[in-house]
Amino acid sequence: MLKDITLGQFFPGNSVLHRADPRMKIILAIIYIVFVFLAKNSAAYLLAVGFTVLLVLLSRIKLSVVLKGLKPLLFIMVFTAFFNIFWTKGETVPLFSYGIITIYREGLWFAAVMIIRVACILAGSSVILTYTTSPISLTDGIERLLKPLKVIHVPVHEFAMMMTIALRFIPTLIEETDKIMNAQKARGADFNSGGLVKRAKALLPVLIPLFASSFRRAGELATAMECRCYRGDNGRTRMTKLRYSGIDIVLLILFAAFGTGIILMNIHLGFFLNFGMVL
Amino acid sequence: MREPFIKFENVSYSYEGDEEGILLPPVLKNVSFEIEKGSFVAVLGHNGSGKSTLAKLINMILYPTEGRIYIDGRDITDENMTEDDVYDIRRRIGMVFQNPDNQLVATVVEEDVAFGPENLGVEPSEIRRRVDEALETVGMSEFKRHSPHQLSGGQKQRIAIAGIIAMLPECIVFDESTAMLDPRGRAEVMDTIERLNRENGITVLHITHNMDEAVRADRVIVINDGRICIDGTPKEVFSSVEQLRLVGLDVPQVTELLYDLENCGFDVDHTELDEEKCADALAKLILGR
Repeated sequence: MLKDITLGQFFPGNSVLHRADPRMKIILAIIYIVFVFLAKNSAAYLLAVGFTVLLVLLSRIKLSVVLKGLKPLLFIMVFTAFFNIFWTKGETVPLFSYGIITIYREGLWFAAVMIIRVACILAGSSVILTYTTSPISLTDGIERLLKPLKVIHVPVHEFAMMMTIALRFIPTLIEETDKIMNAQKARGADFNSGGLVKRAKALLPVLIPLFASSFRRAGELATAMECRCYRGDNGRTRMTKLRYSGIDIVLLILFAAFGTGIILMNIHLGFFLNFGMVL
Repeated sequence: MREPFIKFENVSYSYEGDEEGILLPPVLKNVSFEIEKGSFVAVLGHNGSGKSTLAKLINMILYPTEGRIYIDGRDITDENMTEDDVYDIRRRIGMVFQNPDNQLVATVVEEDVAFGPENLGVEPSEIRRRVDEALETVGMSEFKRHSPHQLSGGQKQRIAIAGIIAMLPECIVFDESTAMLDPRGRAEVMDTIERLNRENGITVLHITHNMDEAVRADRVIVINDGRICIDGTPKEVFSSVEQLRLVGLDVPQVTELLYDLENCGFDVDHTELDEEKCADALAKLILGR
């Protein structure tokens, strides 16, 4: 069950997105998220969905992998959608009304928008960043983008290193959680029945050994890093130098086109396809 | 005589207790020994005998409570050691630990191997060359774009070794590096260690509690309760079966079999460590009668 979580995992490959510069990809991810949020009408959302699909295709990551990555957030999506459907008050005639339950067009629209937004942003940013960028080059990108902040004593390198290590240990800790859960199950622990409180309590005997072992791991890793002469970014070099290439420029143009597209849809179609009308 | 590469002079070490300033009973007591450059030394001892502490003293993760340690003639317990000196020692003496998962920093094999030389400030093109070479040495070149969690324990440990080799050390300390591996992984790692010693001339200090691995070394040091109790060639060490059993260690299976046969009055030589030769001796015993 736990092995299904693929969020924050890198899939090595050689696609266009894999080869792009991590600094550029961070910038592109920000552009992407901003414009998905700016989308106002169905045409703009359609463009956003289309663009996300294009990104998935460009990354050559299997669609099933991307969909799996969305699964953990399914609950949140359904939850917000649910609230949007029942709690949004619209100005038009209700679509459906029974007792205290009243559903408006706007409610349905907001629910759909919410799901599309979250799904697009999650799938898109995973494909641009986490799936196609090795955490070390991602860190590298962040570190180099934020380098100017070093002047005001922001520990940029340390922050980046912490992130890399966190990402590196996600699969290891998941595996370990699985092992501990199985060990507890073997001794009669029950994780799948009872109410929320009971289930949370059942997780305690999993979390405590997991925490304890994480601390032990951290200690051992720190020693191992010291043995490999790690001392912050003092005199540290990199095997791969970051260099912008033609791919980065092409991608930047593509994303700029996407942004422009969203704005054009918002302005020109906004009058005709106002959100109340589309459904 | 050539200057020894590692030299311990009356070294003692005590861990600090929970209360500050109060030392626990020493784990190492007055230990002295020398290790020649290019040798393959196995350090044997059961849990809590102080063998891991010994390893950590060599590359300055720990400082001895008493005594002096010399690396290549340089006193590393000298108070005038600068931070650069410490890192120089750590580069020259690499260390591979028990759990391969807790040593790998990066999520891609080749980036992890590059971590050491990157810390040393090596030129990018030179790092590239060293990484490829190190992966070639441990036979993991085809996995260079993989992520560590897709590999087996033995493979991960070989990556950890490659990460050390890329720093071009003169000596590698293996702190129970085979203890967590399955038999196959263990064999892979042992073969790699042996090759590094024989072909690349790297001094190896292999800390283990597996007798069959210790047999492959040039010299075996047995530690018990913080002291060196036996020191010699594998043949010498394992022929003192009674003494080994006294400190709670087993002997290699071959030796054990021959020793017991000898004790029952059969005409065999229990100092034999080689399985083939043992088989020959047994064949002679059975067929010769």
